Amino acid sequence: MEPENEKPGADELKAGDPKIADSNTVDPKAVEAGTVEPAIVDKEIAEPKVAASEAVASKIVEPKVVVPPPIAQPKIVDTRMNERKFAQVSRRELLKVVPVLALGAFAIPSFQDSLLKKGLGFSDWASARLFRRSHLATTFSDSELTPFEKFPINGYDVEDPGVIFENWTLTVSGAVQKPGDYKLAQIQALPRFRHNTRHVCVEGWDVIGRFGGARLSDFLNMVGADTSARFLTVTCADDYYESLDMATALHPQTLLCYEMYDQPLTRKHGAPLRLNVPTKVGYKQAKYLTDLKVTNVLEKVGYWEDQGYSSFYAL
Amino acid sequence: MSGAVVEIVRAKGDEIETVARAAYEHPLPVRLCHWANAISLFVMVGSGLQIFRAFPSFGAKIPQKDLLNWPKAFAIGGWLGGALQWHLTFMWIYIATGLIYLGYQLFSGHYRQVLFTHRDLPGVWPMVKHYFFFGPKPPAREAYNPLQKHAYTSVIGLGVLSVLTGLAVWKPVQFSWLAWLMGGFHWARLWHFLVMWAILGFVFGHLVMVVLHGWSNFVSILTGWKKDPEY
Repeated sequence: MEPENEKPGADELKAGDPKIADSNTVDPKAVEAGTVEPAIVDKEIAEPKVAASEAVASKIVEPKVVVPPPIAQPKIVDTRMNERKFAQVSRRELLKVVPVLALGAFAIPSFQDSLLKKGLGFSDWASARLFRRSHLATTFSDSELTPFEKFPINGYDVEDPGVIFENWTLTVSGAVQKPGDYKLAQIQALPRFRHNTRHVCVEGWDVIGRFGGARLSDFLNMVGADTSARFLTVTCADDYYESLDMATALHPQTLLCYEMYDQPLTRKHGAPLRLNVPTKVGYKQAKYLTDLKVTNVLEKVGYWEDQGYSSFYAL
Repeated sequence: MSGAVVEIVRAKGDEIETVARAAYEHPLPVRLCHWANAISLFVMVGSGLQIFRAFPSFGAKIPQKDLLNWPKAFAIGGWLGGALQWHLTFMWIYIATGLIYLGYQLFSGHYRQVLFTHRDLPGVWPMVKHYFFFGPKPPAREAYNPLQKHAYTSVIGLGVLSVLTGLAVWKPVQFSWLAWLMGGFHWARLWHFLVMWAILGFVFGHLVMVVLHGWSNFVSILTGWKKDPEY
């Protein structure tokens, strides 16, 4: 096929003989593909030509130029390959596909866990890179709200840990200028924000709820938190615990939530104080908060995260 | 060099005997992508179905009406957290494979062998008649007949949709415009599920045709060479 391309008279031939024109229509494909894998064109197909006897070589050229192809089906035969050579080429090409079996490492029990943790870690890393503090979660109209009684109550253990409201405080510690116990009234004295946002559970269900509370960023400002710290951790009256990256903690829609549907939080929804983080999945929205810490080091990520869930799960 | 057809010959003394013909149909990148994709698709579907088991419904949470309780034996990951690890790991392999495949096809021009275009339209009906209504077999002139091209082109579209719907389910806030296009997170989840079944429909047809078309067809996606092609 190579010489044909170089022939100056190729165009005339094409115009004159429809059968040769037929073979020309195939040529560009092979030639252009040949530029991609020249090794195969040059070596593996050309080699048998060389390997074969002189007589064979002339036989190969002859039918192409002198004898027109048979009438019925215009069979396009570029070249010939020795049977043994073909088997060898096939085996070699088969071996080249073998690297795909490296994915089988995931099937080996001793590798599986660490590979999957790395994969999940990569997803979390990509999530953090994607996160924009200015990117707000969609808000919805009141008519789109899921009725309050149909807002699911998910507790990992008890639905009501029996918090005694009169004694309740939020204990703040870590990288803050004013650590100590904060009363609910101090949090409620901060500007109140209300929004209708989608609550997405890792299980796959979602509801649209109305949440109200103080911006976590306002509270962090009030307690003089070092916002260059990396994390914020919370612990809860039911021994649940969670953590947030600082970028998410400072997101304008992240609330220290003390209201749902314009009413004080009910016990089953996390009274007196819970997190509402519309940019995160449901298990990040810890209820019955008792402690808040600003830190650079995470000893534990979160109740579910420490069992294998995504650490960053941002929506 | 796809499209190249060779005659496989055997030398018997001075005689040259043609024992078979062979076509180089699948360049190495295509074969690698095919098998990497086969594995990652298997894992994505298996882990996806385990994730689905956590909330096997597309309705409200309260009251919950299950659509189908997928058997655990046909799922990967063991529990929701495990399945998410598989899903969020293999999605990168799935996406990378798709991008490498598309990049190779465009760059090499090899896509012309498989892309369904308007030129393939006249050949569709004869092929449908042959496959489904016992019509005569139209003569094969190239590696793929019009229906095959249609199937392989469509499934690329489905693959892209599986990624886009998945992205909308995973990141409905950061990709809110994608979720919005699909009707919000709730619908994106349903679309993601439906696209999976469409892909599984393709895989079923694909496997049936592999069985019907025989060994040389299967070997070609391993070695690149198809013995005795019909063209």
